[in-house]
Amino acid sequence: MKKQRLFELDEALGFALLAAVIFVLFPAILDDFRLNLFGKYLTYAFVAVGLVLCWGAGGILSLGQGVFFGLGGYCMAMFLKLEASTPENTAIQSTPGIPDFMDWNQITALPIWWQPFHSLGFTILAILAVPAIFAFILGTAMFRRRVGGVYFAIITQAVAAIMTILVIGQQGYTGGVNGITDLRTLLGWDIRPDSAKVTLYFVNGILLFACLFVAQAVRKSKAGRILIAMRTAEDRVRFSGYDVASFKVFVFCLGAAFASIGGAMFTLQVGFMSPTLVGIVPSIEMVIFCAVGGRMSLLGAVYGALLVNWAKTTFSESFPELWLLGLGGLFIAVVMAFPNGLAGLYQDFVRPHLGFLHRERARAPAADQSPAE
Amino acid sequence: MNALANPNFVLMVEGLTVSFDGFKAVNDLSFYVEPNECRVIIGPNGAGKTTVLDLICGRTRATSGKIAFKGQDLTQMREDQIVHAGVGRKFQNPSVYEDLTVFENLEISYPRGYSVLGALVFRRDAEVTARIREIAGMIFLDDMLDERAAILSHGQKQWLEIGMLLIQDPELLMLDEPVAGMSVAERRKTAELLNRIIADRSVIVIEHDMGFVADIATRVTVLHQGKMLSEGSMAHVQADPKVVEVYLGH
Repeated sequence: MKKQRLFELDEALGFALLAAVIFVLFPAILDDFRLNLFGKYLTYAFVAVGLVLCWGAGGILSLGQGVFFGLGGYCMAMFLKLEASTPENTAIQSTPGIPDFMDWNQITALPIWWQPFHSLGFTILAILAVPAIFAFILGTAMFRRRVGGVYFAIITQAVAAIMTILVIGQQGYTGGVNGITDLRTLLGWDIRPDSAKVTLYFVNGILLFACLFVAQAVRKSKAGRILIAMRTAEDRVRFSGYDVASFKVFVFCLGAAFASIGGAMFTLQVGFMSPTLVGIVPSIEMVIFCAVGGRMSLLGAVYGALLVNWAKTTFSESFPELWLLGLGGLFIAVVMAFPNGLAGLYQDFVRPHLGFLHRERARAPAADQSPAE
Repeated sequence: MNALANPNFVLMVEGLTVSFDGFKAVNDLSFYVEPNECRVIIGPNGAGKTTVLDLICGRTRATSGKIAFKGQDLTQMREDQIVHAGVGRKFQNPSVYEDLTVFENLEISYPRGYSVLGALVFRRDAEVTARIREIAGMIFLDDMLDERAAILSHGQKQWLEIGMLLIQDPELLMLDEPVAGMSVAERRKTAELLNRIIADRSVIVIEHDMGFVADIATRVTVLHQGKMLSEGSMAHVQADPKVVEVYLGH
């Protein structure tokens, strides 16, 4: 019986290594443009970390995480857009003081549900709460009815499609297919220069680590073990006295909130948000990031998001028409050949050679305890 | 409600019927389980034995009829609420959490921290560890606590699942073929284990092994095509010509 620790030694080293990569290595070797790109990749790591909890631990495969990423991204974009749409900046419009796309669509007053996004406090709250509430409603509706597996995946994918259609269709309120663009300042602080982007990169990294710590704490709690138990024997968990649906709803909401934080940081770092970033294809790509990194491993998911996005940028620059095929091939290869992704490869081939890091630790407490009895 | 709360019985099943698309898997079944009784349900394949357990633990909903456990109407309760009321159920195929260790399997069944929040703040304190060790000793798995459940033999998984129920200390324990697929040695150990754990609670067991049934049963209920064929002591049902006809054979 190991004592319950938040981190085993090798896990702590893994976190430290990732921190070194994100906070020291990348800023040291990448120019500002590339660093901003990697910051963008890392916003997808939030989604992938949430998927490790939902899918890897809990067995809930959501193909609609882009929806939550988008909700966070749009909340942030709405705040930034309102700040950018001062009457002075928009003096040439027929209705000054409202976002430009509203003016183009003959809307003459700011819709009431845009109003609270004048406040940054409200916006931050909305980034966390809106996707969580939406996930709660969606999750409760499905998990209470015992909808799971493939059916759940298909429904979440349909939700992603609906979200895209809705955003594009309501052009006057959402910016339509162009999205919300031309974002400038955050409380007067210009987010466009390189120096601001470097700052945002670090903020992004810190938030990612905050999410990783929360995820690690959940995994190490009994709730984390119940998620794993549900994946293999859901009925046994139910007949051990747990309300399975509430655990699924919880983890789905948590994953949604993570994805939303990632979306908000995406908007800040990239400077716009559009429906092409939140639909079916991006949602599936997010699952691939998680699968490539290893759906059981929080850190693996971060590396997966980095690696696949880096590959996407590199290969789609040279072979734009082949990239999607390559991505599909990669997904098939991962599923067929190494189902636990990069983290699985590490577990199988690297970790055995690092036995000194964990084996003694794992055995030692058991040996200590028995004489004490 | 008073009829349901009869103190002479832990479990009262009355007029229980479940119909799947018109097929009545259980048809107007009534039986009563007394405190500390070990009731064995036998019957040919398809008689509805497992369905009866499914109905009691809430996995399947009754079409009509009553199931009362200590005065509570189980037909209106969710599965986890039925467990909290004091009903434990073991499945036919051993159902354990293969990716977790034996210790963690037992820990999840420890009756504390059932809500999401409770599970998040659950701490593995001395009381929990001591109880898990105690149960592990009873189910012959005290050396295996740190092993993943996936590597256990079939018999050991059966024991683990029984242990997971024991740790909840249910007042009514339902076991679906607890010795199926076990070696002779495992079977003997299991009989010994069951005899120990059925002492101070009510138990419903489904079993085919007649020697084993004779060993543990207080009373036997014979089901056939969803209906009660015979009920009474082992000697009584073995002598019943109807039972001999459809089940025990000549």
